[in-house]
Amino acid sequence: MEKEEAELFVPRLVTTEENFASGHRACIGCGEALAVRHVCKALGKNVIIVNATGCIEIISSLLPQTSWCVPWIHTLFENVAAVVSGIESAYKARVRKGKITPAKEVKFVGFAGDGGTSDIGIQALSGAMERGHNFLYCCFDNEAYMNTGIQRSSSTPYGAWTTTAPVGKKSIGQMTWKKNMPEIAVAHKIPYVATACPSYPFDLMDKVKRGVEIEGPAYVHILSPCPTGWRCQPNLSIEIGRLAVETGVFPLYEVINGEYRLSIDLPELKPVKEYMKKQGRFRHLTEDVIEKIQARVEAEYLELKEKAGVK
Amino acid sequence: MKKVKIEGLEGSFAVAEAVRMANADVIAAYPITPQTHIVERLSEMVADGELDAEFICVESEHSAMSACVGASAAGARVFTCTAGQGLELMHEVLYIPSSMRLPVVAVIANRALSAPLSVWCDHSDVMAIRDIGWIQMFAENNQQAFDLTLCAYRVAEDKEVLFPAMVHLDGFYLSHVIEDMVLPDEEEVAGFIPEYEHPFVLDPDRPVSMGCYGPPFIYPETKKAQEVAFANTRPKIVETWKEFGDTFGRYYSPVEKYKMEDARIAMLTMGSCGETAMLAVDEMREEGEDVGLIRLRLWRPFPFKEFREAVKDVELLVVLDRAISFGMGGPVCSEVKSALYDQRKKPYIVGFIGGLGGRDIPIEGFKYMVSRALEKVKAIERGEEIEAEMIGIRE
Ligand SMILES: Cc1ncc(C[n+]2csc(CCOP(=O)(O)OP(=O)(O)O)c2C)c(N)n1
Ligand code: SF4
Ligand SMILES: [Mg+2]
Repeated sequence: MEKEEAELFVPRLVTTEENFASGHRACIGCGEALAVRHVCKALGKNVIIVNATGCIEIISSLLPQTSWCVPWIHTLFENVAAVVSGIESAYKARVRKGKITPAKEVKFVGFAGDGGTSDIGIQALSGAMERGHNFLYCCFDNEAYMNTGIQRSSSTPYGAWTTTAPVGKKSIGQMTWKKNMPEIAVAHKIPYVATACPSYPFDLMDKVKRGVEIEGPAYVHILSPCPTGWRCQPNLSIEIGRLAVETGVFPLYEVINGEYRLSIDLPELKPVKEYMKKQGRFRHLTEDVIEKIQARVEAEYLELKEKAGVK
Repeated sequence: MKKVKIEGLEGSFAVAEAVRMANADVIAAYPITPQTHIVERLSEMVADGELDAEFICVESEHSAMSACVGASAAGARVFTCTAGQGLELMHEVLYIPSSMRLPVVAVIANRALSAPLSVWCDHSDVMAIRDIGWIQMFAENNQQAFDLTLCAYRVAEDKEVLFPAMVHLDGFYLSHVIEDMVLPDEEEVAGFIPEYEHPFVLDPDRPVSMGCYGPPFIYPETKKAQEVAFANTRPKIVETWKEFGDTFGRYYSPVEKYKMEDARIAMLTMGSCGETAMLAVDEMREEGEDVGLIRLRLWRPFPFKEFREAVKDVELLVVLDRAISFGMGGPVCSEVKSALYDQRKKPYIVGFIGGLGGRDIPIEGFKYMVSRALEKVKAIERGEEIEAEMIGIRE
């Protein structure tokens, strides 16, 4: 590689403080652990994190060690938003009653996987959003139940192989379309919803910061490439995340008080095939299925552009 | 000047009053018959500013208990209440505060389980959550529901305890019945339940990780520690009840005895039917039967010592279960038998199942159980096998 002259050394723009310490047990190239690291950098110290059962909890908290340099609690798989509700309410009541006087405003954040969010935890999340607690919820979407061995979730994309949506004589793998969780969050009319991806770390950190600053519920849905489950090379996580965005498979956008804004406007989408061919989970798909996916991605991208008022 | 009031209150309102006097910070609950009046009354108190608390009107009991866990981990004094199906839906979450040593307080208006749907009282809901590691007490009347709720806070938050505590009151029998009761002086209550500070809370100034992942090399040690600490709550519970008695004049103990001094036969009950059973004892005594009554006030941790002491001179113990362990009989009866199995001297134990789904057990029901039990003892002596009998069933 040629030596390049850099005007700006980008990592210097970001705090060196790590509140999600290294030494955790994530697989090599784990996009989810990387996303968590970025999120934690954006959150800083004055935060309480509630984590659902799943990869992140398992890789970070094996007794007697912990990766968490900020207060962190894990209880169960499906109740993150309810636990956050309790913590936020406890602070509210105790501050009001003069029982505690925190020097700085404490932020309350929930972390869960796509399973913990769009499947088993959706009720608790919907409840917490509807009640209007002041919290940020981050869904780390690696598009399957990875912690338990790559089983499908409602967030698994159409056509993907998983261990419970296996490819067979009568199956192409996942036979249902990915649940649009960010839209479900938008339907709650909460003040902030965004999508993000660790392949775009600055965008991700900005969104997390906006999410915690806004008063009321905020939801950030983070596509988190998982080499183990997506059957791809661990050195490709970042590239695959970029391709997900560039092909329109996972568009980056924000919805602030109901107003859509595209984070990156792509005049032309790359073919979804470029994204899919790098992942073993799509290897079995025939051209016609890929075309079907291509058409759906394009249509959904147009819909989104329309919402954002982009021609 | 102490300001003691006597007031006619429904059991549910008595509980709400106790929570108000305890000055809870966070309440998270979901309505279910027969617990609804408790949440409604607490909502009113919060709406009227009589209680300065956050009321989280959650979307399920699973979330109710989860929110309580979160709030308690953040240092708040919390409260929830439920019944029957709601308690079952909470089941998974119930193990969390006991394993994480969070002093959550819950009141259960005991209710039968579906199917068929029944909103009425029995103890099926309790029996399904025996092993959750909470302190569990049974109230027999509204005064006790009030008193035990206060005691639950006091003992749960004791730095040497730090376990969640649950008070059971029978649905409808107590939750919806108005009884005269003594409401103590509020300042005295505040003195009895002082402000508490949990030693480890979620606080950015002192970060801790809670609820970590425990592989086989460490999980059993955490459970051993929990069991030892839980067993050690027994003397603390007794001490708390003694202090409560010294302060408010009403004394409780893990195993409460009625006319047991010279009793040859003892009945054992939990919850509201203890009051009817006492009337039955009075009648049977008049009829010349040496009967007494044992009421289990403390269900968990099981009061082995006090229980064995209470039955040591008894020849026959008649146990009433308001629940069935299908294929096994009455769960309380099984536990009582196991508690006495390795005693050298032990009574005959005969179990009955009754009062399911809100079916009343009248005085005659208790008298029937005693006379039937005496017949069953003869059968046992003849070497016959006996099974738990369901009483009051139309054949
Ligand atoms: C009530 C309950 N059901 C099932 C499980 C098993 N389980 C633990 S984590 C998990 C999947 C997690 O998937 P996801 O939320 O997508 O997180 P990931 O591991 O992929 O990051 C499952 C099924 C559980 N812990 N609790
Ligand atoms: S399975 Fe996937 S998400 Fe889980 S630790 Fe490994 S790479 Fe990360
Ligand atoms: Mg997942």
